[in-house]
Amino acid sequence: MKFVEKIMQKFGAPFQKNGPLEKLYPLYEAIDTFVLTPGKVTRKAPHVRDSVDLKRMMVFVIIALVPATVMGIYNTGYQMLLAQQAAPDLMACLRLGAGKVLPIIAVSYAVGGFWEVLFAVVRKHEINEGLLVTGLLFPLVLPPTIPLWMVAVGISFGVVMGKELFGGTGYNVFNPALLARACLFFAYPSQMSGAKVWVAVDGYTRATPLGVVSQAAHGVDPVQALAGAGYTFQDLFWGLRPGSIGETSTFACILGLVFLLITRVANWKIVLSCVAGTFTMATIFSLFNGPNQPAYFALPVYWHYVLGGFAFGAVFMATDPVSAPATRLGHWIYGFMIGAITVIVRVANPAYPEGMMLAILFMNVFASSIDYTVMMSHIGSRNKRNRALSSVK
Amino acid sequence: MSVPAEQNTPVIKEILFGRANQKIFRDGLWDNNPITYQVMGICSALAVTTNVSTALVMSLGLIFVQGFSEAIISALRNHIPPRIRIIVQMAVVSTFVITLDLVLKAYFYPIWKQLTVFIGLIITNTLVVARLEGFAMHNPPWKSFLDGTGNAMGYGLALIVVSSLREILGSGTLLGFHVIPGSFYEQGYSNNGLMLLSPGAFFVLGLLIWGHRTIAKYVEGK
Repeated sequence: MKFVEKIMQKFGAPFQKNGPLEKLYPLYEAIDTFVLTPGKVTRKAPHVRDSVDLKRMMVFVIIALVPATVMGIYNTGYQMLLAQQAAPDLMACLRLGAGKVLPIIAVSYAVGGFWEVLFAVVRKHEINEGLLVTGLLFPLVLPPTIPLWMVAVGISFGVVMGKELFGGTGYNVFNPALLARACLFFAYPSQMSGAKVWVAVDGYTRATPLGVVSQAAHGVDPVQALAGAGYTFQDLFWGLRPGSIGETSTFACILGLVFLLITRVANWKIVLSCVAGTFTMATIFSLFNGPNQPAYFALPVYWHYVLGGFAFGAVFMATDPVSAPATRLGHWIYGFMIGAITVIVRVANPAYPEGMMLAILFMNVFASSIDYTVMMSHIGSRNKRNRALSSVK
Repeated sequence: MSVPAEQNTPVIKEILFGRANQKIFRDGLWDNNPITYQVMGICSALAVTTNVSTALVMSLGLIFVQGFSEAIISALRNHIPPRIRIIVQMAVVSTFVITLDLVLKAYFYPIWKQLTVFIGLIITNTLVVARLEGFAMHNPPWKSFLDGTGNAMGYGLALIVVSSLREILGSGTLLGFHVIPGSFYEQGYSNNGLMLLSPGAFFVLGLLIWGHRTIAKYVEGK
């Protein structure tokens, strides 16, 4: 480690005060704290000694995203080969997929990083580690055919409007990666939705499972419709279906979830209540099922979990600690509402076959109000109890 | 009725475009810009800024209405009973708005068809009432006229910036002419649909406010 320390010292000299590169100090600081544990000590109590800081936490999320990313790369290649009716060989799939996905990730990190450094330099604060996660989450919720300049537009919007505008990491109301996706979704609908964009082969059209279900005629059994389009439950669970890069594999998301729960980065209450919310709402809709209703009403509940971005959103987006509520009861309400609203958008709104993104962003807005209400009701009930106790005396 | 302050002070002949009057005019354009500083008239700013031509007509209309109604109200200010002042103000503003509406209908029919709803809504534009109440009721007509036109121009300026961005990014045109070359589209460029939706206007407006306040070093609540 002495060796690394020496390098950093030598390398860091021009970044110190009065050095020629003083203005770029945040850049040096970010690399320095990334490779070495900072020697700074808090000046006042409490002096909590804990290895988990923001940087470590973000790195845990990155590790949790690895299965989804690898699966996304594999599936992107797999879908391409399938479309060209070639044999889906493992190496060929990874190679083709990497050629499509890695540039998107690179652009996302480069452009996002540019904004991050710019704001750190102008506002003289540290470079926030949030970008490490945002820069990877964002490509994973995009279709593989997305033009690279749109990736740049999206991540710029997410970082600047979603995060820096509110004051940087920790102050953002919305999940920046999701806000970036929402921006592209409304700005360039033809590149972000429909049946043409999910497989990276020119002119190839294949409806996603969500599209199949939402376009099935009234009264048709949606599971049959899915089977007719070549989708089985196993395919959807393992992730061999067209869709956004990282969202296809429920299995990979579960792997990530397990890791996040072991390291206690994600909150299990949010994920569980998300599942419960979807279950409740989907059950209610299935009670109203009839021959004149859209096919979505008849979809068995468990299919909702493997469709679209549910798993990815519930595991990686809804659990974002900044944009989620902070109270325990708040976690339950927040997760439940995300699950419920997702199903409402999917089933009841024919314009949007997928509702996960909108549901999470919608609940992001209410996160602080939920916290406020929960705390106020706590204070109220404690006051009541205290009054009761004092009157007994 | 309260006695206006300037009646007690000795009358000093003021130069028509003196420094004080210039400041009144300039205030609305930059320091006290209705959109980015006072945040007023946002509703119409969202509604008419999908393209530049409607924004331009709207701004010109507002300059006309605001300038003259402030001058008239200011001239009448000592004779308006305070209790019914809002009604009087509305009557004057409506007169000018209806005049404007009829002129547009007669000579600029296609634009009138697009804008008539919003022209009618100038009457309820917060900016108009706020300046009438806040300025014209306490200041002489010429100053009020300058304040009215200055504020309306500041409003128009913000509108034109917002609408230019929205039209270029959203439709690829400016005043109806294609400004983004066709070769861009062949390379895979496409118009930003978000810019044509109202949220797009909010984003652009928000950025504009951010930019203006950063340059003017203005922080709310200080």
